[in-house]
Amino acid sequence: MDNLPWIFVSALLVNNFVLTYFLGLCPFLGVSNSLETSARLGMATTFVMLVTAVCAWVLNTYVLIHAPYLRLICFIVVIASTVQFIEMLIKKLSPALFRAMGIFLPLITTNCAILGLAIFATNRGYGFWEGIVYALGAGIGFTVAMVLLAGLREESELSDVPALIKGTAMNLIIAGILSMAFMGFAGLFSAS
Amino acid sequence: MSATTRKNAAAPSSLRLVLTLAVAGLISGVAIIGIYEATLPTITTNKAHELQAAVLKVLPGVSRMQALVFRDGELLANTEPAKDEPVVYGGYDDGGTFVGYAIPGAGPGFQDTIGLLYGYAPDRNLVVGMEILESRETPGLGDKIYKDAEWVAGFEALAVEPEIVAVKKGTSAADNEIDAITGATISAKAVVRIINETHVAWQDRLPPPGAEPELVEAEDAP
Amino acid sequence: MKRNEAYNEFVKGIWRDNPVFVQVLGMCPMLAVTNSAINAIAMGMATFFVLVGSSFLVSSLRQWIPKQVRISCFIIIIATFVTVADYTLLALVPAVHKELGAFIPLIVANCMILGRQEAFASRYPAKLAVMDAIGMAGGFMLALFSLGAIREILGDGALFGVRLFGADFEPWVIMILPPGGFLTLGVILLFFNWFRQKKDEFLDDVAEAQRGSD
Repeated sequence: MDNLPWIFVSALLVNNFVLTYFLGLCPFLGVSNSLETSARLGMATTFVMLVTAVCAWVLNTYVLIHAPYLRLICFIVVIASTVQFIEMLIKKLSPALFRAMGIFLPLITTNCAILGLAIFATNRGYGFWEGIVYALGAGIGFTVAMVLLAGLREESELSDVPALIKGTAMNLIIAGILSMAFMGFAGLFSAS
Repeated sequence: MSATTRKNAAAPSSLRLVLTLAVAGLISGVAIIGIYEATLPTITTNKAHELQAAVLKVLPGVSRMQALVFRDGELLANTEPAKDEPVVYGGYDDGGTFVGYAIPGAGPGFQDTIGLLYGYAPDRNLVVGMEILESRETPGLGDKIYKDAEWVAGFEALAVEPEIVAVKKGTSAADNEIDAITGATISAKAVVRIINETHVAWQDRLPPPGAEPELVEAEDAP
Repeated sequence: MKRNEAYNEFVKGIWRDNPVFVQVLGMCPMLAVTNSAINAIAMGMATFFVLVGSSFLVSSLRQWIPKQVRISCFIIIIATFVTVADYTLLALVPAVHKELGAFIPLIVANCMILGRQEAFASRYPAKLAVMDAIGMAGGFMLALFSLGAIREILGDGALFGVRLFGADFEPWVIMILPPGGFLTLGVILLFFNWFRQKKDEFLDDVAEAQRGSD
């Protein structure tokens, strides 16, 4: 249990899913043009991640020890059904939120961050609580990265940027600088 | 073309949808099990070889090894470890005499978890070798924990009591001191800390020197 | 005519619609493995196998797959190919598999692969679908390789592990670290933008000159 803080901070800052593992780049670059949408998508992703972590733990503990080769297919099917369910729920509860997410809500299913979370947690042999904490850290880390990039992009809208760099090229370079900044978090737990 | 129009004209029954998915799942299942069965022997042998190579590396003079599972206060040879059960590897020389343990350990490093294996000779109470199994330390700096030959060689006779201490390069004097790596102090200290913590955890689990488990010949020993 | 069509499908993936540089798709797990040329090629080959295999299957089976469950069927087919690739790599080249690690299963989540099934393979005959897949996967591999090569040369002073510069070369370690992935791809995209701009200007000039000569 004493490694829970390390798992959380590691997933949140030191090994941020977006900035060091490049997971979930599609929504990261696609939706991050407005702060509010980014925050909402980040929250939706965090929620899906938590559900995924529970699903992955159940599958790993009860199903996949008997059939390790079905891991990938099982993860995909279970995660896809969960996301579908959440999509229906959001559509019912908040049509505005549903509209704001637009095309990217179904894409959470094919969001590598979700599948990556399940696979990483399995490879590291995380138990139930470790998986939950890992998902929480990864989800919040994803949201933080999204919101940071969205904030920078909103600012850059107001400045005079040469047309040549505008768009994905600039976003990638901003992401690179953010990633460099996040490197400063390395060694947080081993420097003592 | 006619097929597409027909498909669009009448929505297929749900039975047909379920059936299609079931057939797809069945075929994919058969394909996956096929490739799994076909590759499993190679994968198992590869893994066993890799582990054996690491064990032989950290325990000089060892030619044979066996996994020892810690269960109910003793080390059991020839046992399948359950999930989360601690395992060490016993190393034996050609004559089957016990030489030392290879003990796996893991802990937070500079970037991500560092997993390592170290050789421990209980009769002399010394660490006799260290090998990094997995790490994502910074290339060019932190990765010296397995690329710097001088540092790795520093683990060939290192006292673990009271504990290993990483000191500034060129200043190691006592038996339990090792030169840290310039430019990778944090990674180096992380390795030392992992070994110290693992040693403390195993100290009371290992039987007294001289009472180590015998080498049990597995049926398919090479 | 027929050959032309197939050739077209092939070329568009390599250059005009290059999945990474032009469509900016499928980068998700890919930037992570392009810290050396050899890893990039291994990942490229695995993706090639998965994309070509599943495009062929989807295209051949497209008459039998009902529209309502097509996405699920595509995903099952893709996941099967990925699992096959995963186990094959693990058995044949364990060292490479260790480097790529968890990123091989993540090929499933590569938006480009599912995108090709939905946009192309499920609508066209097998031959065209395979050509399209080869082109796209080839373009993808090319992109991965250039990223990997640039990052390895700058970040490690080597290509395929062979030292290129003398001992005095101080490697730009940042290039093989995650930020280097973002920066390299950003700069390459910048180059592509510039190239397109120049081409447009050139075409405008040509049009202008033609109008002038009339």
